[in-house]
Amino acid sequence: MHPVTKTILERLGLGLATLFVVSIIIFSAIEMLPGDFGQAILGQAATEETVAAFRRELGLDQPAYMRYLQWVGSAFQGDLGTSFSGRNSSGIDRSRAVVDLIAPRLWNTLFLAGLTAVIAVPISLVLGISSALYRNSVYDRTVNTVTLTTISFPEFFVAYILILLLASLYPVFPSLANVDGSTPLFERVFRTALPALTLTLVIVAHMMRMTRAAIINLLASPYIQMARLSGASQIEVIVKHALPNAWAPIATVIAFNLAYLVVGVVVVEVVFVYPGVGQLMVDAVTSRDIPVVQGCALIFAITYILLNLIADIIGIITNPRLLHPK
Amino acid sequence: MTENSDNYSAAGEVGAVLEKRTFWTRLKIDMKKSPWTARFGMLIILFYAIMAIFAPFIAPYGEAQVFATPYAPWSSEFIFGTDQIGRDIFSRLIYGARNTVGIAVATTLLAFLIGGAFGLIAAIDRSYIDQAFSRLVDVFMAIPSLIFALVLLSIFGSTVLNLIVIIAVLDSTRVFRLTRAVAINVVVMDYVEAARLRGEGLGWIMRKEILPNIMPPLIAEFGLRFCFVFLSIAALSFLGVGIQPPTADWGSMVRENASLIQFAQYDLKAGLTPLLPASAIALLTVAVNFVVDWFLHKTSGLGDEQ
Repeated sequence: MHPVTKTILERLGLGLATLFVVSIIIFSAIEMLPGDFGQAILGQAATEETVAAFRRELGLDQPAYMRYLQWVGSAFQGDLGTSFSGRNSSGIDRSRAVVDLIAPRLWNTLFLAGLTAVIAVPISLVLGISSALYRNSVYDRTVNTVTLTTISFPEFFVAYILILLLASLYPVFPSLANVDGSTPLFERVFRTALPALTLTLVIVAHMMRMTRAAIINLLASPYIQMARLSGASQIEVIVKHALPNAWAPIATVIAFNLAYLVVGVVVVEVVFVYPGVGQLMVDAVTSRDIPVVQGCALIFAITYILLNLIADIIGIITNPRLLHPK
Repeated sequence: MTENSDNYSAAGEVGAVLEKRTFWTRLKIDMKKSPWTARFGMLIILFYAIMAIFAPFIAPYGEAQVFATPYAPWSSEFIFGTDQIGRDIFSRLIYGARNTVGIAVATTLLAFLIGGAFGLIAAIDRSYIDQAFSRLVDVFMAIPSLIFALVLLSIFGSTVLNLIVIIAVLDSTRVFRLTRAVAINVVVMDYVEAARLRGEGLGWIMRKEILPNIMPPLIAEFGLRFCFVFLSIAALSFLGVGIQPPTADWGSMVRENASLIQFAQYDLKAGLTPLLPASAIALLTVAVNFVVDWFLHKTSGLGDEQ
């Protein structure tokens, strides 16, 4: 087998194994709840029969491994169970399916993350590569200091500074990013401008620093010096000699930061009251609506693992040493 | 060396009685050589520590003391005004140093206790225990810790103790990785072998033989880890699932007063109020980063070149 195929299959297996263990951890969330949580959710007035029926509906009368298989099976078919909220002591069930809650919000979150990525990735690559080329210059040091400061700031601090400047003092953008399914595209971009800008500032700092470190590391290697000594021009050195080896670190940097975006999105969505999965998850944690928390956590975990896997695979298939084995 | 270069003699220096520098003289020399960023960082950290320890004596009012006017403007009576139910923001900022920073320090210490102990055991043992711990840590690190913390908080509920334990366990995975990585290089040394042969127990080898030799990277990691823990606790409190009211805490203070920001056009001071606790968080993280940077530079050996 070609070494590239072998390594990729190994990584895929590892990713699947991780996902399996993670799904067990998320599943066991309902396992670790205290025994009387049925009462707590349905209210004090709930009769014993209602509580018993509720427990039966959750399948708590079956062994844990059976329930895990059912949970995973229905998750694959796009069914993540029903929310705890909307249930009450009388036994009337007004709860909604978790999927119906998540689906419209997932699109919003992906839109915000995508918009951020489109702005942030080119900026940080240009900043990172240029500051690596002109390292220790005034330009490099300025970019470095600014990004180091941004990294130390909590996301909500950056968000509120932007609101203060761009929404309150000089009202350019709206401070509330309330979009729904019927919002036209241009309006949508306009309203998500501030959350996207906040996320951009935060991840450009990370991404730029990592790109810079990766490129500097590469430019310091002996074969680049050899290429320079043999009379290659600056452009030639970068395009012909450095870039083939740089794809892997750059891809890793981008994927790592897009994965970081998954976390950053939670806080930023709450600040701007943006109807996304992050906000839904925080609300569900506050009201201890476990099925919704599980659904959101599963989506975040899958995205995170998938992005890291893609970075690994790009790193492998662009590695010249693996592509052309001796 | 430079100040008496005219009458310097190498023989004189070698012949002079070697004086053992005390801890304080060494500290003084280190301080003299430190860059301004590190000094600034240490000054800020000292300032926060004083605020945290003497909060009840410095703050003009109690942390949960409610006054008649909510959202009072900045005045001589209430330096930064009052919040949504009429508590003095200045006092709550000072008490916040105690609560927010105190909880973050406790969490970081716990994370180091757990991660450090298991990391050392894994490094000394190198058998199936090492494998089991390392794979478990891999899985924990495969999901962002904020998401993990949210899941765990929804199960166990948001109390301060739960918050400390959950964040400490999640962050101990990073400490475990670092401790194991640096300790593995020390475990193979001859003096560790000698200690084993003379029959010392696991506890002795961990504390007396290995720990002193891996201290510098661990101390630097402590500073960085503290920043992470501090920011994640602030984020969770900001989201409303961390430190609960009426405890004064910077993260939740930002959220509670956030609506004031829309009045910035009419009263800039009111608009700045929610940014005060947020900048308190940011300032401390920057300060700790500065000090850690200097410490890393110093212990890496590059510091002696100047």
